[in-house]
Amino acid sequence: MLSIGLGHYLTLAAIIFTIGIVGIFLNRKNIIVILMSIELILLAVNINLVSFSIFINDLSGQVFTLFILTVAAAEAAIGLAIIVVYYRNSGTIRVEEIDRLKG
Amino acid sequence: MIAHAIIFYIFSLIAIVSAIMVTVSKNTVNSVFFLILDFISISCLFIMIGAEFLGMIMLIVYVGAVAVLFLFVVMMLNVAQQKNEWFNSSGRSSHIPVGLLISIIIFFELIIVIGGWKYKPDLLDSIAIEINTELTNTQSLGSIIYTDYIHLFQLSGMVLLVAMIGAIVLTFRQRSGVKRQSYFKQISRDRKDGIELVDVENNKGVKIDA
Repeated sequence: MLSIGLGHYLTLAAIIFTIGIVGIFLNRKNIIVILMSIELILLAVNINLVSFSIFINDLSGQVFTLFILTVAAAEAAIGLAIIVVYYRNSGTIRVEEIDRLKG
Repeated sequence: MIAHAIIFYIFSLIAIVSAIMVTVSKNTVNSVFFLILDFISISCLFIMIGAEFLGMIMLIVYVGAVAVLFLFVVMMLNVAQQKNEWFNSSGRSSHIPVGLLISIIIFFELIIVIGGWKYKPDLLDSIAIEINTELTNTQSLGSIIYTDYIHLFQLSGMVLLVAMIGAIVLTFRQRSGVKRQSYFKQISRDRKDGIELVDVENNKGVKIDA
C-alpha cells in the first residue's frame, strides 16, 4: 500500500481509461465532451507507457508517448475544426441531433 | 517512502476526480477547466516518476495548446444552448444502464489483466534502449529521438503539418461580396485597359461609356 509500484500506476490508468469510456457512452448532448473523453483515454494510454518505461527501465516507451502526444494534438485540432464546420452548416452540435447519416 | 506514497495518492485522487468532473459537469467550459486540472496532475505524476521531459511537454502541449483550443471552440459555439445533461436525458434513456454495464466490465477486465500480469522471463533481456541514470531524462530522450527514431520523429512532424493544413482548409470560408486585392490582376493590367485616347470635336463633348 505504501510502496508505490507499477500496479498503482496501471490501476490509475485503468480508472481514467474507464472514465473516458463512460464519458463517450453516456454523453448524449455535447460532442465536445466526447472529444475531451478521447483525450482522457489517450492520457491513460500515456500513463501506461510511461510507467512501464520507468519500471522496466526501457526508454522507448517514453518515445512512443511523445508520438502519441503528437497524434493526440493533431486529432484534437482536426476534430475541433470538423465540429466548427458542422456547427456552421447545421447550427447544432448536440449529439442527438447529429443524425444526417441515419438514412 | 511514505511522502512519496502520499503525494502519489493526492495527485491520482485529483486526477480521477477531475476526470469524473470532465464527463459529468453541466457546463462545457467547466469541463475544459477540469481537463486542464487532470493534465496538470498527471504531468506532476510523470515528473514524480522520473519522466520529467514528458511531464513538461504534457504541460506545454495540453495545457498550453489543446486546452486553449478547446476553450476557444467552446466559446465560439453557442455554449448556452448545449448544456451537458445526460442525467435527465429525454425519453430514450436506455443507453445509460447499458453503457454503465459495459464500462464496468471493461474496467474489471483491465483490473484482471493488471492483477494477473507477470513479466515474461526474457523481457528484461529484450530491452531495446536502457535508461542511463547518469544522463538526465531530457538528454537521453534527445539522444535517441534524433538517432534511432529519426524517421518516426520526422513523420510525426508531417502529421502535425497535415493536421494544421487540414484544420485551416476545413474552417476556411470564402466570403462573397468582399473586395480583395488581386495582385496578379493588378500587375498584368495593360495601359490600353485603363486609358483610352479620344479625339474630341469642337463644341460636341465626349460620351463616356457609350
